[in-house]
Amino acid sequence: MIAFLIKRLMHAILVMFVISVLAFAIQDNLGDPVQQMVGQSVPESEREEIRERFGLNDPFLVQYVRFAKNAVQGDFGYSYFYREPALEVIARHLPATLELVFAATLIIVLFSVPIGVYSAIKPRSPISRLFMGISIIGISIPVFLTAIVLIQIFAIGVTVTLFPESTGWGAWLNDFFSTEGNMPSFGRGYDLVNVVGNWDTNLATWNGLQHLVLPAVSLASIMLPLFIRLIRAEMMEVLQSEYVKYARAKGISMRRVYFVHALKNTMLPVITVGGVQIGTMVAYTILTETVFQWPGMGLMFLDAINRADIPLIVTYLMIVGVIFVVTNTIVDLIYGMVNPTVKLTGKPA
Amino acid sequence: MMTLKKTLLASVIGAVVAGTTLLPMTASAETLRIGYSADPETLDLHEQLSGGVLRFSHMAFDPLVRWTKDFEFEPRLATEWEQVDETTMRMTLREGVTFHSGNEFTAKDVVWTIERLKESPDYRAIFEPVSSAEAVDDYTVEIVTAEPYPLLLNLATYIFPMDSEFYSGETDEGSDKAEIVKAGNSFASRNVSGTGPFMVTDRRQGVRVDFERFEDYWDTESEGNVSNIVLTPIAENASRVAALLSGGVDFIDAVPPNDLDRVREADGVNLVEVDGTRIIGFQMNEERVEAFQDARVRQAVDLAINQEGIADRLMRGFANPAGQFSPEGYSGHNPDLTPRYDIERAKELMAEAGYEEGFSVEMIAPNNRYVNDAQIAQAVANMLAQINIDVDLRTMPLAQYWPEYDTRQSDMAMIGWHADTEDTANFFQYLSFCFDEETGAGQYNYGGYCNEEIDALVTEADSETDLEKRNEMLREAEAMLYEDVGYITLHWQNLAYAAAEGVEIEPVVNALDFPYLGDLVINRSDD
Repeated sequence: MIAFLIKRLMHAILVMFVISVLAFAIQDNLGDPVQQMVGQSVPESEREEIRERFGLNDPFLVQYVRFAKNAVQGDFGYSYFYREPALEVIARHLPATLELVFAATLIIVLFSVPIGVYSAIKPRSPISRLFMGISIIGISIPVFLTAIVLIQIFAIGVTVTLFPESTGWGAWLNDFFSTEGNMPSFGRGYDLVNVVGNWDTNLATWNGLQHLVLPAVSLASIMLPLFIRLIRAEMMEVLQSEYVKYARAKGISMRRVYFVHALKNTMLPVITVGGVQIGTMVAYTILTETVFQWPGMGLMFLDAINRADIPLIVTYLMIVGVIFVVTNTIVDLIYGMVNPTVKLTGKPA
Repeated sequence: MMTLKKTLLASVIGAVVAGTTLLPMTASAETLRIGYSADPETLDLHEQLSGGVLRFSHMAFDPLVRWTKDFEFEPRLATEWEQVDETTMRMTLREGVTFHSGNEFTAKDVVWTIERLKESPDYRAIFEPVSSAEAVDDYTVEIVTAEPYPLLLNLATYIFPMDSEFYSGETDEGSDKAEIVKAGNSFASRNVSGTGPFMVTDRRQGVRVDFERFEDYWDTESEGNVSNIVLTPIAENASRVAALLSGGVDFIDAVPPNDLDRVREADGVNLVEVDGTRIIGFQMNEERVEAFQDARVRQAVDLAINQEGIADRLMRGFANPAGQFSPEGYSGHNPDLTPRYDIERAKELMAEAGYEEGFSVEMIAPNNRYVNDAQIAQAVANMLAQINIDVDLRTMPLAQYWPEYDTRQSDMAMIGWHADTEDTANFFQYLSFCFDEETGAGQYNYGGYCNEEIDALVTEADSETDLEKRNEMLREAEAMLYEDVGYITLHWQNLAYAAAEGVEIEPVVNALDFPYLGDLVINRSDD
């Protein structure tokens, strides 16, 4: 176990090293940060002075070594825009993103397991077919569009006049499909509760939760269909296996067979895929957070790219690399617990 | 099928929401929630010359004088001014003004601020003409220029007196409170004491800035009734519009052209369009393309471009087609110079110059800087194809565009320009003056265009203190550049703001893009 963790630690360091080299190598293509720091009419001589002061004129290797030296001591440089250490900036934005990912994960788990199991047990029922159809479409709609549509329906509101208003049923249908809006469409709201340090939570107040709903739903909309289909496929396979047939033959109640015996084995691959996908979700937050002006790491990263805020970009990429390694490690640990036949000290499969 | 999924989600969320009554979203009547495309990069006015910081300056500070909607000067902290001799202007300052810190505002603060401006990398060049400032007594200040300089009042719109006592001394860490540090953690970038209508109460960079009305604000005649402001930067156009339409904010800037109709027709929201002063156009690189050295070819390029069409169709009327740098209201605006689209004449000129067969050029344009920039460049490329100029267009995001622009390795480049001084000469000095590395003239003259006659005329105008005479000279310079086509003008891009019903933004917004929020009146009907 300890050997496994040490090995993973080495992985993390390697990943950070590789990412930092890559990020530094592309920085020239990200644009000129000085351009973003001065007014357009500022003369070239002033710009040159600033470039010199930030060491932007030094050769790649000199810049990298200087960065690496400081980074080893935990100093990742100053963000040009926030005028603060890059690590602090990220730490401040991290809770917002983690809460969003957490809320989205919760939605995914709450919906994908029952829907997936149901459509595996009753693959031919019209409801199952409906869910499968929707999930195909769900996978193919970009999160950006989902978010805009959600905002239109729930924040701005839509008035449907498709059906004849004069008839009773028409008016009822129009009313039914029209929405009032009123859901908040951006930001985290002004009603946050401080938990500890720079972690303000959306989860403690009604207003905070309201702000969380739309972004979390749009973020979940990418992964939810994937998980429904995954759980369904795995479950159907498990239901064909010998031990399920045996359990049935033994007369154990179907509910127990489905939800205790079959589901447990279904979840094994789901955990593996799920862990990796949660890491991927961090990447998707860039889009979701941009649309909803959610002040998390994704929005921060996109802004940093637009501003060519190189120290922040490099640090963000390294941190995300670490998040991937950490989630993978946790997944492996959980996997080990769920399935004791897997030995963690052995070579990863 | 797509809507089906949304409908399902709708019923799920609807069920959750319907279960409980919504908390009232509206705060007290005088709170203004703003969704701007950007928040101030810093609280230090002199650290960065940017739209965000200047807007902030008008909230927490007051300038000596400010522009009205019609480009007249309105007294603010300076109440009177007179030219004592050719190079000295004496300004009388307003009495009884206090800073947020409680310190009294006097002439020493003005002198201190001007001296600091002359230290600022972003303002140094603009304040170059000012040689010194001196306090005659507590409420009189004399500003001296090295040469006769007609634009001193224009500069005074950038002088937002700072609280010299508050910004003097050392911080606990031992650094000078007055220092200007670019992208650093200086005292002035975090602490504010101005004379303006609003005090900063809280700030999270990139997330929100909170303001509260300054109780001892001097301008008691202002009808402005906004007591609190929450400014949230919302960079994404669609999200900003959605935030307004959903009632999440009361006031937004930069409504994108594609959403103009939608906002105009929405209930409970008002759209205000303002004619802008930023010129959008193209420059031709004469150093790389020999043909562009021929004035006839440059004229042909200008004639082949349909400015009216671009403004009408591509910009949907959200721009005024331009035949010169200066928009209406500017000193050098010459009403005779209008766009002259004439494709036949353009072809003739190409033939005369010996380029009937045309040639190929590379063109670069940004894709997130100006309104519809990439589409405009595409349209221009198509128009040039009509006179056999084959355009290879590359568009790129802002952060990459300017470094690319600075290399001058393309044949045509798009650039927009707003004159910091709100004056005609500024356009020439940056965009069309013969490039000179020493003096910084023609810093954004991409193509090496050079017409010494025009340069001399504009330079002469810039030391002419008889404004009538000066304006005549600048109009002449515009006409000369029009003839010689040193820059291809397309249009002045408009500004669009939108606000919730009852938020009376129309009187406080202006072409400068600095809403005077201290004077904003909110009349919310009680319902």
